[in-house]
Amino acid sequence: MKTMRKEGFEAVRIFFTGVGGQGTLVATRLVGEAALEEGMPVTLSEIHGMAQRGGVVESTVVVGDLFSPTVADGEADILMAFEPVETLRALPKCHSKSLVISNSVPIVPFTVAVGQSTYPSHETIYSLVMEKVAKVVQVDAVALARQAGSDRAANVAMVGVLAGLNRLPIREASWQEALKRVLPARLFDLNWRAFQRGRECGLTA
Amino acid sequence: MHELLTPGDGRKHLLLGNEAIVRGALEANVRFVAAYPGTPSSEIIDRFAQLGEEAEVYVEYSVNEKVSMETACAAAISGVRSLCSMKHVGLNVAADAFMTLAYVGVKAGMVIVVADDPSLHSSQNEQDDRYYAKMAGVPMLEPSTPEEAREMTIRAFEISERHQIPCILHTTTRVNHCRGPVSFGEIPTEKPAARFEKDPFNLVVVPMVGRKLRLALLEKMERMREEAEKSPFNVVSGSGSWGIVTSGVSYLYIRDAVRDLGIEDRVKILKLGFSFPHPKAVLRRFIEGLEKVLVVEELEPFHEEALRVVAQQTGSFLLVGGKGKDLIPQSFELDGVLVKRGISRFFGVDYQPPEVFSIPELPQRPPNLCPGCPHRATYYSVKKVFGEEAIYPSDIGCYTLGLLPPLRMADFLICMGSSVSTAGGFSKVLDRPVVAFIGDSTFFHGGLPGLVNAVSHDHRILLVILDNGTTAMTGHQPHPGVELTPQGKVEPKVSIEAVVRGFGIKKIATVNPLQVKKTQETLQQMREGLNTPGVSVLISKSPCPLFENRMLRKKQKVVFEVDSSCDLCKKCLEELGCPAFVWEGAGTPGECIQINPALCSGCSVCAQVCKSIKPRRIEEAGGAQ
Repeated sequence: MKTMRKEGFEAVRIFFTGVGGQGTLVATRLVGEAALEEGMPVTLSEIHGMAQRGGVVESTVVVGDLFSPTVADGEADILMAFEPVETLRALPKCHSKSLVISNSVPIVPFTVAVGQSTYPSHETIYSLVMEKVAKVVQVDAVALARQAGSDRAANVAMVGVLAGLNRLPIREASWQEALKRVLPARLFDLNWRAFQRGRECGLTA
Repeated sequence: MHELLTPGDGRKHLLLGNEAIVRGALEANVRFVAAYPGTPSSEIIDRFAQLGEEAEVYVEYSVNEKVSMETACAAAISGVRSLCSMKHVGLNVAADAFMTLAYVGVKAGMVIVVADDPSLHSSQNEQDDRYYAKMAGVPMLEPSTPEEAREMTIRAFEISERHQIPCILHTTTRVNHCRGPVSFGEIPTEKPAARFEKDPFNLVVVPMVGRKLRLALLEKMERMREEAEKSPFNVVSGSGSWGIVTSGVSYLYIRDAVRDLGIEDRVKILKLGFSFPHPKAVLRRFIEGLEKVLVVEELEPFHEEALRVVAQQTGSFLLVGGKGKDLIPQSFELDGVLVKRGISRFFGVDYQPPEVFSIPELPQRPPNLCPGCPHRATYYSVKKVFGEEAIYPSDIGCYTLGLLPPLRMADFLICMGSSVSTAGGFSKVLDRPVVAFIGDSTFFHGGLPGLVNAVSHDHRILLVILDNGTTAMTGHQPHPGVELTPQGKVEPKVSIEAVVRGFGIKKIATVNPLQVKKTQETLQQMREGLNTPGVSVLISKSPCPLFENRMLRKKQKVVFEVDSSCDLCKKCLEELGCPAFVWEGAGTPGECIQINPALCSGCSVCAQVCKSIKPRRIEEAGGAQ
């Protein structure tokens, strides 16, 4: 299999952010495997280790004709944010033409839970983001996943939303193949349903 | 079959750099792997451990990096290809072995993977371990991508074997933890026979042998340099009167930068892959006729210095740029924007960095000890008994997070094992109680000599060994004291308590920190024990709940709840700091403290410190997740 260029597609830098335990790294791999299945050049970057103990987890997927594996400030074409306040925290990664896909279900940081700081309102977060970037798609990924059978598939529902928005030239069969490669076989049906829910949501967004 | 063992089928596999190194080593017929885990290198030893017997490779989690290197070099001396991997600071631990192993050399190929962590994603410092190659005089390869990591691992074994010296494969976080498409070659099936020939006048480094080997090493370095001069890993691309010299992940940023800046036809790029011994002739030819050269690399000016030396030796007045506030930063990782900025400034090309949106101050989300973590319970009790007066030297592991509020239970830390030795020093100069914390894996890794030292000098300290039964921070790797395995509970190979007793320590106790009252009573006695000279040791033993759940698949039976008798004293928040706690509706009539049932692990520590917290049985169906 040779890497190839897709007609009309040059490159996309995607920045993923979320909280340890949300499955952002699995989502990252899904996008990577699907792009690879399409024969496109792709690089992923992850941070492991201390960052994951309840902290912020960041990762990137760079698809297409680019070498740099990371995404600098102002470089993310797509932001996949798995939590509202993390959406805003990652806003410096975006530019004015960025697409932001944001799971609207908060995970309250411990510093807020114990009263050391306050969680900004939904309105504050999203108005600041919408003011700066081209498009913001807010989704309740947990609800989508629940409809598919388990809250835990929220990460795959998020990838479904990305697929539905059609920014990546990846066909359905490649997404399916990616899911098979990344997840255990017994979880495929559930996650494929979650993916489809997300995709419907992305198609109409 | 594990993906990493599948035959080459022309398909590319999306692998972590670390996994690509494993695959490359397998294709190079590695048969002996030893390592102590450390981010960002851990997946190398972890994947080998997962492959297990299927790969017919001997794999061991060694107690520390020095031991791993010594163990692995014995295999290579006996004709069996071996690999050890470590994070950058791991090579500090192994440095004693490493420096003289370079003299003695190996028979079969030996690769030492050294993973730097610029930006300190999960480390106590950032140090540029490429200088170790220079200090020891061993060859070094620097891959940029996972695909290259696989290829270079194979070549590193060949280089090592050809020159009979270990070869460093130097990576950084963005190579180890990048995933990219990797092609597979064939894995050989023929297993080499191990053979040792006695040769003490080359293998036993007394001064007269060392003198001879020192001279031989210098000659070897020249032969390795000749190979580096011809290496296909040192590649020049592009043309023009400007030059850029680079290596590792920086090369990738440069490829994008020269295109985005529109200077592809004006700049020549030298990518150093077989980067030490420096291929001086390659550097000399590269700079011939160039107006100016920028060296782009992460951390220290390693290649920049080499280039400046070459320029000086050729009598060239070439303008060389590199590290500097306005060009290439010396601290932290590079990225596409930093590299473009540096290139544009040095060569005088227009570049408008992207606008960076500002954001308001947001609630922080620092990493935290998990709900149910026994370390929190230990810290809570020690703080109750010793308070703010005591000095708390700490060590490296999850428990270092105890430095954060509200626990604030770490006062000093420099490296693996420093807790116990620094505690001894503090105890000699300060008239305050000294209580040191060390994890079980770190105790075996670097705590033993310090503890022996403390005993022999009657240091008046309390050492608390936080025994959660695993190497938790790096992903639950085993250590010599492990009792929980996928097969169930086993006798530890080395009992921490037996070790401590064997050192002659009399003031010893073992507690389960989740039993708060008993733990505090024991600590009270130990506090009194500090009135007389000598070391006291408290083994605070309770398994990491994440690890225990994975090993034993225990079902959680209860969660805890705050009942209506809560008087909002908030001591739970201020003293315990469990992330399952939520304070809601501050300043309103509905103000309350709750426990998030999805996060509560049922450890019961909070209920032992507050009467308003009560257990609730989890219903069989549904219940807490």
